[in-house]
Amino acid sequence: MSEAKGLIKSHTVKKYWMAATGLFLCIFLIGHLAGNLQLFMDGYEGRLQFNEYAVFMTTNPAVKLLSYLTYFSILFHAVDGLVITINNRKARPQGYAYSKPGENSIWSSRNMGILGTVILAYIIVHMQNFWYIYKFGTTPFMMSEDGSSPLLKDGTVVKGGSIENGDVVMAGENLGPAMRDLYEIVIQGFQEPLLVAFYVLGMIAIAFHLMHGFQSGFQSFGLKSGKYGKLIDKVGLAYAIIVPLLFAVIPVYLFMIK
Amino acid sequence: MSASNNINITLKVWRQKNAQSKGQLESYDLKNVSTDSSFLEMLDQLNEELINEGKSPVTFDHDCREGICGACSLYINGRPHGPGNRVTTCQLHMRSFKDGETIYVEPWRAAAFPVIKDLMTDRSSFDRIQHAGGYVSVNTSGNTQDANALPIEKENADKAFDAATCIGCGACVAACKNASASLFVAAKVSQYALLPQGQVEAKDRVLNMVKQAQKEGFGPCSNTGACEVECPKGISLENIARMNREYLAASLSK
Amino acid sequence: MSLDSKIPEGPLKDKWTNHKNNIRLVNPANKRNIDIIVVGTGLAGGSAAATLAELGYNVKAFCYQDSPRRAHSIAAQGGINAAKNYQGDGDSTYRLFYDTIKGGDYRSREANVYRLAEVSANIIDQCVAQGVPFARDYGGLLDNRSFGGVLVSRTFYAKGQTGQQLLLGAYSAMNRQIAKGKIQMYNRHEMLDVVLVDGKARGIIARNLVTGEIERHSAHAVVLGSGGYGNVFFLSTNAMGSNVTASWKAHKKGAYFANPCYTQIHPTCIPVHGTQQSKLTLMSESLRNDGRIWVPKKLEDAQAVREGKLKPVDIKEEDRDYYLERRYPSFGNLVPRDVASRAAKERCDAGFGVVNNDTKEGVFLDFSSAILRYGKEEANVKGIENPSDEKIKELGKKVIENKYGNLFEMYQQITDENPYETPMKIYPAVHYTMGGIWVDYNLMTTVPGLYATGECNFSDHGANRLGASALMQGLADGYFVLPYTIGDYLADDIRTGPIPTDSKEFEEAENKVTDELNKLINNNGSKSVDYFHKKLGLIMWNKVGMARNEKGLKEAIQEIAELREEFYKDVRVPGELNELNQELEKAGRVADFLELGELFARDALEREESCGGHFREEFQTEEGEALRKDDSYTYVAAWEYTGKPSEAVLHKEDLKFENVELKTRSYK
Repeated sequence: MSEAKGLIKSHTVKKYWMAATGLFLCIFLIGHLAGNLQLFMDGYEGRLQFNEYAVFMTTNPAVKLLSYLTYFSILFHAVDGLVITINNRKARPQGYAYSKPGENSIWSSRNMGILGTVILAYIIVHMQNFWYIYKFGTTPFMMSEDGSSPLLKDGTVVKGGSIENGDVVMAGENLGPAMRDLYEIVIQGFQEPLLVAFYVLGMIAIAFHLMHGFQSGFQSFGLKSGKYGKLIDKVGLAYAIIVPLLFAVIPVYLFMIK
Repeated sequence: MSASNNINITLKVWRQKNAQSKGQLESYDLKNVSTDSSFLEMLDQLNEELINEGKSPVTFDHDCREGICGACSLYINGRPHGPGNRVTTCQLHMRSFKDGETIYVEPWRAAAFPVIKDLMTDRSSFDRIQHAGGYVSVNTSGNTQDANALPIEKENADKAFDAATCIGCGACVAACKNASASLFVAAKVSQYALLPQGQVEAKDRVLNMVKQAQKEGFGPCSNTGACEVECPKGISLENIARMNREYLAASLSK
Repeated sequence: MSLDSKIPEGPLKDKWTNHKNNIRLVNPANKRNIDIIVVGTGLAGGSAAATLAELGYNVKAFCYQDSPRRAHSIAAQGGINAAKNYQGDGDSTYRLFYDTIKGGDYRSREANVYRLAEVSANIIDQCVAQGVPFARDYGGLLDNRSFGGVLVSRTFYAKGQTGQQLLLGAYSAMNRQIAKGKIQMYNRHEMLDVVLVDGKARGIIARNLVTGEIERHSAHAVVLGSGGYGNVFFLSTNAMGSNVTASWKAHKKGAYFANPCYTQIHPTCIPVHGTQQSKLTLMSESLRNDGRIWVPKKLEDAQAVREGKLKPVDIKEEDRDYYLERRYPSFGNLVPRDVASRAAKERCDAGFGVVNNDTKEGVFLDFSSAILRYGKEEANVKGIENPSDEKIKELGKKVIENKYGNLFEMYQQITDENPYETPMKIYPAVHYTMGGIWVDYNLMTTVPGLYATGECNFSDHGANRLGASALMQGLADGYFVLPYTIGDYLADDIRTGPIPTDSKEFEEAENKVTDELNKLINNNGSKSVDYFHKKLGLIMWNKVGMARNEKGLKEAIQEIAELREEFYKDVRVPGELNELNQELEKAGRVADFLELGELFARDALEREESCGGHFREEFQTEEGEALRKDDSYTYVAAWEYTGKPSEAVLHKEDLKFENVELKTRSYK
């Protein structure tokens, strides 16, 4: 590995990292979306399933590992992207007086840094809204269908139990943490029109980011060639439209319906 | 020839006395330009007028004027080699412009292509990338193996040719928002990667050429695809994909 | 000084081998102590520089372009000949030799041409080994095509960009040596004089075109590979920067200039569009495989076409004159270049030209029959029964597009006319100069230690060059001839040591160059360099062009001398000496063209015969074909400079034909 030093410094390797983290995040989005789509389920069943899913996502060790990988990917993608953007700028210290880049490339391909920044801001707000509140904030708790009994994290209904400091207590005995009602947080959150608008905007940014990023990741690894090249372009475009659209529909739906 | 007519235009031309001085756009009105003239013939006409007025003519690179030497450059009206695709500035004709139009003419802009004078830039960085590995190490002995001893699949030979048609003009760099030389490097890497003669040195070649491009100050590749659109020879982005594959394989094994 | 061509003894086919076995060599350790300057980095100069560096010499290479890759060899389209006989059609070294001698109208040296044919096969091997992507067939083997004036398929090609691919091959070989430090590359440098020390070429004076600085460079030998001088006509297919300066300065320092009047006028170029035209664009000779050349039979039709009142497609078949097919039924549209060019001129002079410009010069190159022919074939192959005319045309156009697509695109780009729908308009243009610096068998000029390779020498093509032979000669000289023969001379220099540049010879040469440039800069005239260049071009084209006669040549000599005088009185060169100054570069080149032009016309006047690219109206057969005078003119005219072009002294090298019988070329 005499080139090891070059590997860290190399533009091409930075792009490999961008592609690897970016494509990993694309997979993450699918998983995330699958979870979110449960919000379309109505009634107690839907509420229960979503909250159980939330418990699973925050406790399962494998999921935990994946989530760390996701945090790492987001951070690395952002930092690497920043370094690349700085390098991009350095390569052309003096710009053109008159330029029409729209003739040769799509807007999003030239503005991945801006889109990325918007997305990063979105992620911070999003984490604050749900992840932080769910983990550390004051939240409503999941109750049995008749509204009388709390639930444990594994979904067991504790008849006659009560909640103290987030734990289910019955007859003075602490039975463990109570299931929190993330579903309720989400529903309540999306009664705020400004937040709904912000989420929709975030998804638009992600859509544009993916429109270039998806196929670009494959190109960086040299996987875009021959007959697969066109296929990757098509799948990428479909992905970039469908995934953020479905994400965006949820807050709008919740705002309209509830 | 088609019905030709004459047009009047306004030019905004980048003037810069030398590498050290600060340049600026200057405005010139040019009358009676034949639409059958090439863009460079139009600049000849401007220079003739400037010389007759005792002014300094505009310096620009050009040589073959048939679209193959790669000497001509120019960022015309916001695009390398001007409007239209698959065309070099020397083959761009004035019929692409309207009477009364204002035309911006700027040099290539890149840290690795510093301006020498007016519209002329120093592209020797491209040469140095080639020095880093753009060759097959074979001596001129007169008795290398017979040219037909090694058949090469036609598809690969054709692709190698397509990559090898790069004229080294630098439009890819000029078009790229990052002034990246990826398409230029990839064209050479691909040509040899597709031919059996290039295999022996393939790993060192891709590592060294890519490294040299970065050292020269060309930016990273953002896969915007602008280079492919503006390349007068239509060199494909697939070559960049191939280079990225080659680079990955080479860095993992070397 | 008598001319010694140094042709080795022995039978033709053994001369080169014997010569290589008998000349002196320089051992590898000593090569490291020897410097060689190479001027020009096209196919000849580039391949020579790379090979000499591989051998171990220290090479300094110079080009006026910003990179060796831009030398004008890059523009060669059609291909490169080689006697490989891959097609099994009976080709051989002898046949290539014979075709070249005949094509050159029996005005070249047998021994040189045979050597060229002999090493041609090595060139293809070498280029393939370098990774040059020649066209291949489906079996993966190299493909060949056919060119004018021959009856076999021996032309290797890479679409319409063969010159580019070969040049990039030579450039890559150079790059390997530049990376090793064996070649020091001087881009954007122009050679402005050769420096002679004790009668030997020991260096050059060059101008750094970026800083304007005048530099001295020394070496044990100097190799010129600086190309041809077609730009003496102003309009030609040469690059804008192509010039005679290096050759001319060498000539003034004692190198004889041979056969300057042998110029190739290529028949298929895009006609002149107007006064702003700066250069002419070639349409590959390969187009004549499928295109038919014609003009209207009736003068009134020609006039109506010029005035735009009649479309060429509306002229009936019986009203068209396919004059090449009419005059040369056996070779038809594929006669050699000189013959095709003169025939076009003959028709246009008679008033049948179809282009609406000042001179009405232009003929049609029509693909409609080929489109129909190919369309019908395709319909048969695809099993389409009773195809409509539309369908046939559509299929035929596809075939043509596959063969010549890039050329058709280029034509449309330049002329704004669609050659699939209406015939192309073409006219001959200056393309290549067979004449050049006189060299002996070793490629050494009459100045010891000064060599000339490629188009800038005169050696192999006689009075006319066959298609696809220029690339062959450039690479043969640079890869396989000069690197061997130069050792014989340099063997005397192993103990010489570095050549100092502070000698009085260098100082004098530098001062002279600086004085000449200052004279141009400080001239304060009123007319631009281009004004004079265009004027010179017109004189050359009208009086020393495709057809020449005594009266016109005498006028031309006079007019050029006058123009030269006016140039020195009235040229205006803006800017300074010590800066990048493109007008000054041009001025120096045009000054040399103004001298060469006169010698050119003198040579044409002196040669009272017609041969190849040199056609004297006084010497033609009744049918208007070239009439050679073998008894009086079977020689190379080598001119010695004695102070003025008008006082140049003619030396004759008699050409001996021991293996080929002199015949009248016939393509009927």
